[in-house]
Amino acid sequence: MKVQSKIDSYLKRDRAWHPKALSPSYKSSIYRSPQSKLLSFPATQSEETGPVFGHDLIGKLDNNLIHNSAKQGQSAIGPRIIVFGRLIDEYKRPIPNSLIEIWQANSGGRYRHMNETYLAALDPNFSGCGRTLTDENGNYEFSTIMPGPYPWPNGPNDWRPAHIHFSIFGDAFTQRLITQMYFEGDPLIQKCPIVSTLKSTRAVERLTGFLDMTKTVPMDSLAYKFDIVIRGNQQIFFENKPEGS
Amino acid sequence: MVHIRDNFKESPSQTAGPYVHIGCTPNFTGIKDLYNSDLGSLMKFGPIKGEEITLKGTIFDGNGESLKDAMIEIWQADSAGLYNSPKEIRGQADPNFSGWGRCAVNLKTGLYNFETVKPGRVPNAEGILQAPHITVWIVARGINVGLHTRVYFSDEVKDNSSDPILTRIVESERTQTLLALKERKGLYKFDIHLQGSQETIFFDI
Ligand SMILES: [Fe+3]
Repeated sequence: MKVQSKIDSYLKRDRAWHPKALSPSYKSSIYRSPQSKLLSFPATQSEETGPVFGHDLIGKLDNNLIHNSAKQGQSAIGPRIIVFGRLIDEYKRPIPNSLIEIWQANSGGRYRHMNETYLAALDPNFSGCGRTLTDENGNYEFSTIMPGPYPWPNGPNDWRPAHIHFSIFGDAFTQRLITQMYFEGDPLIQKCPIVSTLKSTRAVERLTGFLDMTKTVPMDSLAYKFDIVIRGNQQIFFENKPEGS
Repeated sequence: MVHIRDNFKESPSQTAGPYVHIGCTPNFTGIKDLYNSDLGSLMKFGPIKGEEITLKGTIFDGNGESLKDAMIEIWQADSAGLYNSPKEIRGQADPNFSGWGRCAVNLKTGLYNFETVKPGRVPNAEGILQAPHITVWIVARGINVGLHTRVYFSDEVKDNSSDPILTRIVESERTQTLLALKERKGLYKFDIHLQGSQETIFFDI
């Protein structure tokens, strides 16, 4: 009997590409950044497996932030947008059925959170929380409103550019990733101490959602395309030799 | 080797920020009209095999202050050493145990808490049995790239002494930063230090 086996082999995270743990212009990183070298070892099943989530988990409005917290017949305030893209790995393979969670401020730049102190108004019809599973081709899509920029305590006058936070699972715990999407053309991008933890303009570009007129809905929503790449898995398939041969 | 152009490198990481709870644990945040419960808040769905344990602890920064805005996720095998994952080919994991937990630390005390099970041993790629362990991932404001580490158990002395990872740690005095201390039967404490003389060993996996 021929048995096919598979070995997972994930590409190393490129630490020269990701932000450094310690980025002094982002003050919170100063006391929250490990100082020792990370311990490297060959991944085991403990890292190469991870939780999976079923489509039964996802409610109809979970990827619609305009309506998922709005009262009947009402909707969130702000410019209506679609944020969409593909989840692929570093070998360009689509990652299907994978959970993506997002959170964001409302159109005034205010978060619905108990520690939030910004004076901008809350929107009673907006929570800023959404989730979806990628489809069989790795595509995802959210309907939401354009988040506003907001000031934050770091330097004397720091502002976050408009952004959406993304949490990505992939299909292995080693692929777990949290990142942020910025909006094409926002002048605050280049002034932000968190964006500046990124080491190259190329890296900033990779976290930019680009206006895509082909996906806009006339008289309804603008659209921003944001593709996400997680660590590549070079799966190696091999046929096991039959017993005793 | 496959050459990866910048277009297909992993998306660079950014901090989860102080409001990670809105997206990941909305019920905890008081956003209760969206999801039945917060994902990962329950790891057990019924009677489960093995020793049920509580894993708790605190995350400290370089000033010795506890983080009040962090989120921790854990991923582990069941008591037989099997993962509740479609990739698990060694057998069928306990169907009542998810293996994955997520916890926002307490906003006032900084404590995290998981109700889980003591994991069984899992072989590494060479087939060598590892000591029981739990994989941990930490994100928070000020953490630019999520931190991976492992929890081992202080009372698994024999298994720990032959674990392929624990035994390759050169600064052996730091090995204890990976040990959860048994406070009493079924209760383990695992504090995490992001910096300082007790800095936890974090992994590049
Ligand atoms: Fe934010």
